[in-house]
Amino acid sequence: MRSNRPAVAVAVALCGTLALAACGGGGPSTAAGKLSNDKVVLGLLNDQSGVYKDLSGPNSKVAIEMAIADYKAKYGAKAVAKTIEIVTADHQNKPDIANTKAQEMYDRQNVDVILDVPTSSAALAVATQAKAKKKLFIDITAATTALTGKSCNKYTFHWAYDSYMLAHGTGATVVNNGGKKWSIVYPDYAFGQDMTKAFTTAVKDAGGTVDQSIPTPFPNDNFATFITKAGSTNPQVIGIMAAGGDLINFVKQFNQAGMRDKATLAVGLMFITDIHSLGVDQFAGTTFTDAWYWNLDAQNKAWADRFKAKTNTRPSFAHAANYSAAYQYLEAVQRAGTDSSDAVVKELEGKKLNDVFLHNGLVRAADHRVLHDAYLAQVKTQGEVKEDWDYEKILTTIPADKAFGPVSAACKM
Amino acid sequence: MSAFVQYTLQGLAAGGFYALAALGLAVIFGVLGVVNFSHGACYMLGAVAAAVLLDLGMHFWVALAVVPILLFGVGVLMERLLVRWLLRLDPLYNFLLTFGLSLILVDLVKRRYGVSGLPYERPAGLEGQLHFGALALSTYQVFVCLFSFVICALVWLLLTKTRVGMIVRASTEDAERSRALGINVGRWVTPVFGFGIALAGLAGVMAAPFRAITADMGSNFVIILFAVVVIGGLGSILGAVVAGFLVGLVEAYGQAYAPTFAQVAIFVLMAAVVLFRPAGLFGREETA
Repeated sequence: MRSNRPAVAVAVALCGTLALAACGGGGPSTAAGKLSNDKVVLGLLNDQSGVYKDLSGPNSKVAIEMAIADYKAKYGAKAVAKTIEIVTADHQNKPDIANTKAQEMYDRQNVDVILDVPTSSAALAVATQAKAKKKLFIDITAATTALTGKSCNKYTFHWAYDSYMLAHGTGATVVNNGGKKWSIVYPDYAFGQDMTKAFTTAVKDAGGTVDQSIPTPFPNDNFATFITKAGSTNPQVIGIMAAGGDLINFVKQFNQAGMRDKATLAVGLMFITDIHSLGVDQFAGTTFTDAWYWNLDAQNKAWADRFKAKTNTRPSFAHAANYSAAYQYLEAVQRAGTDSSDAVVKELEGKKLNDVFLHNGLVRAADHRVLHDAYLAQVKTQGEVKEDWDYEKILTTIPADKAFGPVSAACKM
Repeated sequence: MSAFVQYTLQGLAAGGFYALAALGLAVIFGVLGVVNFSHGACYMLGAVAAAVLLDLGMHFWVALAVVPILLFGVGVLMERLLVRWLLRLDPLYNFLLTFGLSLILVDLVKRRYGVSGLPYERPAGLEGQLHFGALALSTYQVFVCLFSFVICALVWLLLTKTRVGMIVRASTEDAERSRALGINVGRWVTPVFGFGIALAGLAGVMAAPFRAITADMGSNFVIILFAVVVIGGLGSILGAVVAGFLVGLVEAYGQAYAPTFAQVAIFVLMAAVVLFRPAGLFGREETA
């Protein structure tokens, strides 16, 4: 780990001393006494069976278990959190279910922090619960900037990415590389609309134009006509804001329509699992912004190897981010000496954090957006792939302070 | 104008595929009176089987022949073990049975292959585009359309013009009298069901190169197929083919001129047909 070892050591020592002082050098359970229910409970709330299962889903539990193991290995007997449990629930990407499950986790299962929560509407529902119950929520897989905008609150953190990061990473860079004329195709629901807005702004700010943005039904199998329409203004770049199965449908039909020779394809949100499931050949040359890539450097690779040993697959950025969020949460509990929400928030706010996922990480105090390096990636061609899952060529590292948007005026903590 | 023609061609190409995919549904209903809701799941099995076989080195063209045979086996098992016991009851029972079956099949595939899907390469010989003046269609789209048309025509001929087809139709339309004439009625139920499922599998293989191969790929698709079958007239093969093209066209025009309305348009068409011709465009009143 590349964490702040000296600072942490001091913090641990201090915590230990304080704990000893408080209990008059009492028994071995001194530290645990500061925990609610004598344990820390991490709640993983995500899609366990539907379209987002592979990109995060059950394997994120494995990632969180790795975080717990690393925390325990680091602190051993000095660990504040001696007993750490994980509870999981499937929110099926529905905001109403997410809302009920979050309530259940906070109230009945004594969960101290909820992690992950893909699907923006579901994430916003959980953020509202976090605020009401004064318990932590660290979102990983939802894209909406509303989590750090008008729905921001003291107990909610946004860890991995958002639509601003994707749009500015991909949109601005592609325009600067000469792709000035855009058409955008998007699924007509909150995520697609959000992404289209963000991309249109990013492209225009960089000096490009978006000649048309075409809404499509969601979900949708047949994109042939939409593709013809998107190509009718002779764009240099066609941006697609669909996710999951719709994205794959689109790309297959885009290639079949021979559009690849006429326009560059830019994908709004792509997970490595999408490339894996479509095959690298169909995506070759496509650019997108990634929050993390397993094969970027030795540190990432080593972590990905541990992950693979347990899951037999390579991690997506969501898996690494779940690890990071769980690990940094436990570190914050360690520093605070308690799992009391306010104390842990204080230990996270404004902190510079580094781990396998967070490169140059910083938890922005004003809105709880976690800043970190992001990457403009291009899908390799079949010939460049050296091993399974070796799909991405990192074109540029977008530094942490440039990767995310400024603090939104709509955020009132 | 050329854009309009282009959309029309695309609609026809998509329609051919819908006709093929709905064909098995129409055969099973027309002949057995079973509303097979697992048709979407069987279509998905066809695509997944194609992807798995490709991984084992089996080419698209071979899969096109092998996968329907496998799915025929699946259909025979389904009929022998499950569907047959409910044939005498209200059709609703088999509808519920096949609905349940489709949920099981989808979840089994999810369990084994995950949700994000399987890769499939573009079949050799069908890459690229065909140009007609200013218009262009992908070669594969044209192939799907023509191939579907041929299969639909063959199935129609098989059921209406051959001796086997006539025996099959006689056994199911009037089992008593067919039996009296010395036809072994029960013998035909299993192969017909298997044949319908094999057609679903064939559509699945055709879908593999241009659609996402996921466990859920049939779940929404089957709804469109039901619309096709209802518009065409439940059980009518000619109806399914005509309605397939109609739905393809409606969808293409919808996508072009009222994008978010594209899918609704199909169901508006279906509602209109049901209102004014309850038996569907080519249905016989008694099957309605």
